[in-house]
Amino acid sequence: MTIKGKAYIVGAYEHPLRKAPKHSVAQLHAEVAKGAIEDAGLRKEDIDAYFCAGDAPGANAWSMANYLNLNKLRHIDSTDMGGCSYLMHVGHAAQAIAAGKCNVALITLAGRPNSEGVSGTQVRSRGVNLPDAPFEMPYSPVTVNLYAMAAMRHMYEYGTTSEQLAWVKVAASHHAQHNLHAMLRKVVTVQEVLDSPMVSDPLHRLDSCVVSDGGGAIIVARPEIARALGRPRVRIIGAGESTKHQMGGDIDLSYTGAAWSGPHAFEEAGVKPSDIQYASVYDSFTITVLLQLEDLGFCKKGEGGRFVSDGNLISGVGKLPFNTDGGGLCNNHPANRGGMTKVIEAVRQLRGEAHAQVQVPGCTLALATGIGGSIGHRHGAATLIMERE
Amino acid sequence: MPTFSPAPHFIDPVPNPGDEPYFEAAARGVVAIKTCQACGRTHHYPRAICPFCWSADVVWTDAQGTGVIYTFSVTRRGAAAPYCIAYVTLDEGPTLMTQIVDTDLDNVRIGQRVQARFARCENGTMIPVFAPCEPDHAAKGNA
Repeated sequence: MTIKGKAYIVGAYEHPLRKAPKHSVAQLHAEVAKGAIEDAGLRKEDIDAYFCAGDAPGANAWSMANYLNLNKLRHIDSTDMGGCSYLMHVGHAAQAIAAGKCNVALITLAGRPNSEGVSGTQVRSRGVNLPDAPFEMPYSPVTVNLYAMAAMRHMYEYGTTSEQLAWVKVAASHHAQHNLHAMLRKVVTVQEVLDSPMVSDPLHRLDSCVVSDGGGAIIVARPEIARALGRPRVRIIGAGESTKHQMGGDIDLSYTGAAWSGPHAFEEAGVKPSDIQYASVYDSFTITVLLQLEDLGFCKKGEGGRFVSDGNLISGVGKLPFNTDGGGLCNNHPANRGGMTKVIEAVRQLRGEAHAQVQVPGCTLALATGIGGSIGHRHGAATLIMERE
Repeated sequence: MPTFSPAPHFIDPVPNPGDEPYFEAAARGVVAIKTCQACGRTHHYPRAICPFCWSADVVWTDAQGTGVIYTFSVTRRGAAAPYCIAYVTLDEGPTLMTQIVDTDLDNVRIGQRVQARFARCENGTMIPVFAPCEPDHAAKGNA
């Protein structure tokens, strides 16, 4: 069985706020849920499946189902794979719809780490009973140094440079200048990235994503419902997911779980990387983008640095327009989880509703991919391929 | 300007049942790893079953405490900075997360040979950290 063509993304909504100190997390979830169902042209009563992840209050579905007063749920999924959870949720929703378990699925993400003062250099507490934590936590692994270790290894193995990594940020900034809601709208140069403070070698401050409040939501529905609505139709044609970890001590940081999730998604969709017209690529850091592009087959392993250089990711300039909303590097990174906004911008591109300055002309095939957790030790990966019908 | 970690701070580990021999070994100056008696492979972090063949016949063995830096990063912002987190590949095979200490952090390199040292966490638990086998160039220059 395949999910190809069995479900459509019919609603998408991104919260406009980047700092929301007076909002509760539940309120943010509720506002994006309302925005997405209105975007779809459906009603609250139509929702019979709900998907959320660890950012939802209580880290599972019952509190938000209660808050939203969702009374017709017959399919619930609180799969949590960090920032890529929502990419997985879209695939899972398509599976559930294909299996006849539900008709209209709501997926929400929201959080307020900006108001709460979260930083990527803080040691985050982990849950109890984790088998790996006693052997890692004493050494202060934090978000940025875990990714930095992968960047350092990539430079060692393949000669990747800080200038090449900086091009990822430069491209994102070119897109963000057109996004009124983006946190960082100033176009930056390679030199400005290199001149920004070193946070954890070799990643500078401008190699890192923003910390933002906000959120987003998606509505997935069965084909008959999608066809009855008046919106441009975004058909889900392929989805892949995986985890990658430390392999019992045979650690290899040169690739990510996208090396598995990508081929699964491409095979299901029946398309190749060279067919993709637009890609949303999770950009927690510049290195995150470079590794995923290699792993997905947009270029050979080790050639990501050359691939991203000279504006190749800039819409209207390069071969692979990416993150045309400015991405996590410039626009937002609600709840420290970038997977939802990756799907939303891909939907805008396929609908022809991206900003005119960054819209890919005639965009009919798009990919969204993401990482949750850290490429430096353990993570999930999810890849989604969608087409305009 | 060389970069030294002035007062390294190591967060107390919260061991799970079965982890005790690892930290007891560190207290006597040994890096302990698990070896599978069925397939012969070593692994890290230590588990109750071999992650390669799932045999439960795994035993603690003493590693030599020597290895090579697989990767590292000097964290230069945040409360504990500067410090150098790293993965070190032990000569016995497994790669473990650690910190590189007692050297100019600006001279740490991938491929450098390192030797285990042992550091005290706040609650007294000992953990392995690593330092270069050869004095670094800056240290040589000052000698």
